[in-house]
Amino acid sequence: MSNRKPETGAFFQRDRAWQPDAYTPWYKTSVLRSPEKALLSLGNTLSEMTGPVFGHDLLGELDDDLIHNFAKPGESAIGPRIIVHGRILDERGKGVAGALLEFWQANAGGRYRHKKEGYVAALDPNFGGCGRTITDEDGYYSFRTIRPGPYPWPNGVNDWRPAHIHFSVFGHGFAQRLITQMYFEGDPLIPLCPIIKTISDPAAIDQLIAPLDMANTIPMDASAYKFDIVLRGRRSTMFENRMEGN
Amino acid sequence: MPQQLIQFKESASQTAGPYVHIGCTPNFAEISGVYEEDLGTRMLIGDAKGERLTIKGRILDGTGTPLKDALVEIWQADSKGLYNSPSEMRGSSDPHFTGFGRCATDMASGEFSFETVKPGRVPFPDGRLMAPHVTFWIVARGINIGLHTRMYFSDEAGANGEDPVLARIEHRHRVDTLIGKREGDVVTFDIHLQGDNETVFFDI
Ligand SMILES: [Fe+3]
Repeated sequence: MSNRKPETGAFFQRDRAWQPDAYTPWYKTSVLRSPEKALLSLGNTLSEMTGPVFGHDLLGELDDDLIHNFAKPGESAIGPRIIVHGRILDERGKGVAGALLEFWQANAGGRYRHKKEGYVAALDPNFGGCGRTITDEDGYYSFRTIRPGPYPWPNGVNDWRPAHIHFSVFGHGFAQRLITQMYFEGDPLIPLCPIIKTISDPAAIDQLIAPLDMANTIPMDASAYKFDIVLRGRRSTMFENRMEGN
Repeated sequence: MPQQLIQFKESASQTAGPYVHIGCTPNFAEISGVYEEDLGTRMLIGDAKGERLTIKGRILDGTGTPLKDALVEIWQADSKGLYNSPSEMRGSSDPHFTGFGRCATDMASGEFSFETVKPGRVPFPDGRLMAPHVTFWIVARGINIGLHTRMYFSDEAGANGEDPVLARIEHRHRVDTLIGKREGDVVTFDIHLQGDNETVFFDI
């Protein structure tokens, strides 16, 4: 697949001030689900530097097309058609090849296809809401979907999630495992959202907002949003400590 | 200004939310026909070598209530202590064992369960052997950034006693929060998010 040597170095320490804290009482569910004791800091061992890597044989033909992967033959999901694309990079700026991305989202009306979902907005019979893809040699990915709607949720009496797409990312090591969300440029609900407010640095929030990308829009078909995701970087192993005689 | 050392910051985590199953285990969420099988459902592919075990448990919140909307992932070495990963430089792992499992906690009981094999010992960076262990990663609504922890085995008291990671735990009574209790072929590992028995979570 690649001529690159597998990376075997330890990951850079996670910047916990940039990442959200566990305890964020304005997002109420976090109160009883946040560890109270300090995390145990641990240099990476093989258990964290390795991780599962998935092959393209995993993917079905429509996995990266949420407009059609749940729709009846000849039909398609309702809503503004969009392309979401970008790169998975590490903190050194290297593209992460072969990263598995899984994404899920509400339909154009803000409704999830889920038993426990109580929002009155209608289900779209042609929209499931999940998809996945694997990045290419440069760390590039793209998929097709409809733009999700914002939705209300029980937290405060009147809290709304801005339109968003959830992303789960597997890089090359289990320590890189990340779940995050993509937001849309210009959404007025972004600064009001208690979940976004779990991130304290405005620059870290900006990094999760995808701009409209007119250059990559497909004329008369779909508009485009660009969303890059950055995973932890890792040390070069050239001068890594080794056992004597190894 | 000199050049920047690190070009980019890691993207900030956001909670997996209540509907993580739609994206990660859609068949479990009754969205069928999109993927043949949910990722990480089977860790054993045919005739995996080693001792077969079931690992099960629950994730308990600060009131002791099990989470019924969590997603648990595990990652472990094969029976010889080798990882199924391109970064594994010591040899080829068992082709019949994936090393990766993913399970949504049961919507009624909150229980997760994995059919796996007992992992072999893996060296710490200084060459000492770690005791057999399974790496856990937990996400759910209300968890802002995924929680990393490890499960060790109660039938490995000797190896656990010399494990360099367990040795790092200052408050020794907390070591027990990382020990899965083995009875026959079943290992039970309850994870406590808060309280006196809070599980040791790692910043790795
Ligand atoms: Fe959502």
